[in-house]
Amino acid sequence: MLEELILTVLLTSVPLVYAATGELIAERSGVLNLGVEGMMLMGAVSAFAATFISGSATLGILAGAVAGTMTAGVFAIFALGLATNQVATGLALTIFGTGLSGLMGAKLVGNAIDGLPSLAVPMLSDLPVVGRLLFSHDIMAYLAVVMVALVAWFLKRTRAGLVLRAVGDNHDSAHALGYPVLGVRLLAVLFGGMMAGLGGAYLPLVLTPHWAEGMTAGRGWIALALVVFASWMPWRVLIGALIFGGITIMQLAGQARGWTIPSQFLSMLPYVATIVVLVVISRSREFALANFPACLGRVFHAGK
Amino acid sequence: MKTFFRTAALAAAAMVASAGAAVADPVKVGFVYLTNPGDHGWTYAHEVARQDVEKHFGDKVETSYVENVPEGPDSTRVIRELARQGNKMIFTTSFGYMDPTLKVAKEFPDVKFVHLTGYKRSPNMATGNIRFYEGRYVQGVVAGKMTKSDRIGYIASFPIPEVIQGINAFALGMRSVNPKAEVSVIWVNSWYDPVKEADAAKVHIAEGADILAQHTDSPAMLQTAEKAGVHGFGQSSDMKAFAPKAQLFSAVNNWAPYYISQIEAMMDGSWSTGEGPDHFAGNTWLGLADDYLVLTPFENMPADVAAAAEAAAAKVSGGYNIFSGPYKDNAGNVILKDGESYHDGNLWNDMNYYVEGVIGKIPG
Repeated sequence: MLEELILTVLLTSVPLVYAATGELIAERSGVLNLGVEGMMLMGAVSAFAATFISGSATLGILAGAVAGTMTAGVFAIFALGLATNQVATGLALTIFGTGLSGLMGAKLVGNAIDGLPSLAVPMLSDLPVVGRLLFSHDIMAYLAVVMVALVAWFLKRTRAGLVLRAVGDNHDSAHALGYPVLGVRLLAVLFGGMMAGLGGAYLPLVLTPHWAEGMTAGRGWIALALVVFASWMPWRVLIGALIFGGITIMQLAGQARGWTIPSQFLSMLPYVATIVVLVVISRSREFALANFPACLGRVFHAGK
Repeated sequence: MKTFFRTAALAAAAMVASAGAAVADPVKVGFVYLTNPGDHGWTYAHEVARQDVEKHFGDKVETSYVENVPEGPDSTRVIRELARQGNKMIFTTSFGYMDPTLKVAKEFPDVKFVHLTGYKRSPNMATGNIRFYEGRYVQGVVAGKMTKSDRIGYIASFPIPEVIQGINAFALGMRSVNPKAEVSVIWVNSWYDPVKEADAAKVHIAEGADILAQHTDSPAMLQTAEKAGVHGFGQSSDMKAFAPKAQLFSAVNNWAPYYISQIEAMMDGSWSTGEGPDHFAGNTWLGLADDYLVLTPFENMPADVAAAAEAAAAKVSGGYNIFSGPYKDNAGNVILKDGESYHDGNLWNDMNYYVEGVIGKIPG
């Protein structure tokens, strides 16, 4: 019984892990892209369409990644190419993605697909207790953890990661040192889009194998909150996603058992947690602000 | 000269009038939808009925609709715009449009407004509704017969009267055939959030439920049931395509006869809001007996369960009042004694409890 609940928590966290990890890279490069919800929806509708037409969920994953990347490309044209305000552009991207995905998916409503199969790891999935919890998932769930590990390694251990952080912390200095600020940011934004697209793709490919307009229902915004909650650290994103997912499932399970905690209170908890973290960040520079990209959201002009 | 102009003006007016009579403009009717109609669920059922209206009236009636209209104050603007565009009758198809519709109805006294599933009315605003809970009673009977774990999971949207009626009718049907069975309710605070509905379904299954019911709109619950090998009921329209092995049956909302009768009454001038002591839910509140609620074929169940479902549906169609005593609420208080029963007003005013067999408390 508990095992089933934990499995549900794991699955419901996966889209958050993807979207937040991608956004984390974009933000560490100094770009605040509030269009996560829109990119996730584009990923979701494209993944569903590709799977529905081709019958191949693998193509669906690819389509989700490509669609997310392209949507992020639209953001990059404006926010990086034309140096528009990032907050306004990101909000517009969410509205754009919501509308366009609805239009693209209008003819797909009412169809169902098989979705991604679970891949039980031989031997390991038969282990008592942890076997099913850790080794009986679909390929995208495993890939999510791999991506977090790669991003953590990239940021901390590679030269390119160092450059990315430098660009996010002080774009003028990075520019003076000869690093291509806009080029780095473009790649970071596109990576963020790809990850959001994958997170979106997870909804129709695994969680609910159909397409519905606006099916992300605010998960893009939770992913944004999650990046702050994780104080821009990849592994904390993973932990945060599990906590956010756990709270969601806990409030549902609490209701099923007839607990009397108002479900609205529990629905609010992820946001309360984020606000608490924000408060902590503003109080403790060493603990939380260490990774805050100082140039986050600031427009870069090369000529200065 | 003056007379000449007057005569000319009169003649011109007469010509316009006669031309108007020769080619009667179609009567315009507007619809406000909560979501994109898609091809399943609540709004889809309204869209089917709107198309039936067009078929029925041909070129005498011209319909239009606005989709994806959020409930609450935002919808006021949309309803007002439809009234300005010359629609003579406007159907607002969700509970949350109640106050906005009332507001606009006061601004446009010549336009007839029909709000669905609410309870507030004015001289030019009527309320229409379907006795959804009748279908849920039959679902309860099937669930009570089918369950092996004696545990049923119910996914609900918002604690409004219609949804509470549904839960209680379900539980009364369930307990009429299985006094040990219990139904637990998860509120997802949304009509349409597929991922949360799927999560709720998984949680119900993890907690031991083997039959699922829903008062939300997406097919996510049935898809989850299909994957997990348990059974459930579709919502508002047939959802068999999403869950061929899991759907037991679905109670389909059939709004067409109501829409057609309202528009006919508006056109021949006999329209009224039908205010009366026995019509708490407005001038129409019909269900299985009048085919306002249609059950899809009983499937994926043994023959004796299907027979019990047929019998329950026939009993309700025959006029059986589901909310008749004796029954208790789930805290053990006697609500109705043997021989007592609710009239429609009670269903809207007094049902602020779960009946016996439901776990938990109504939120809020």
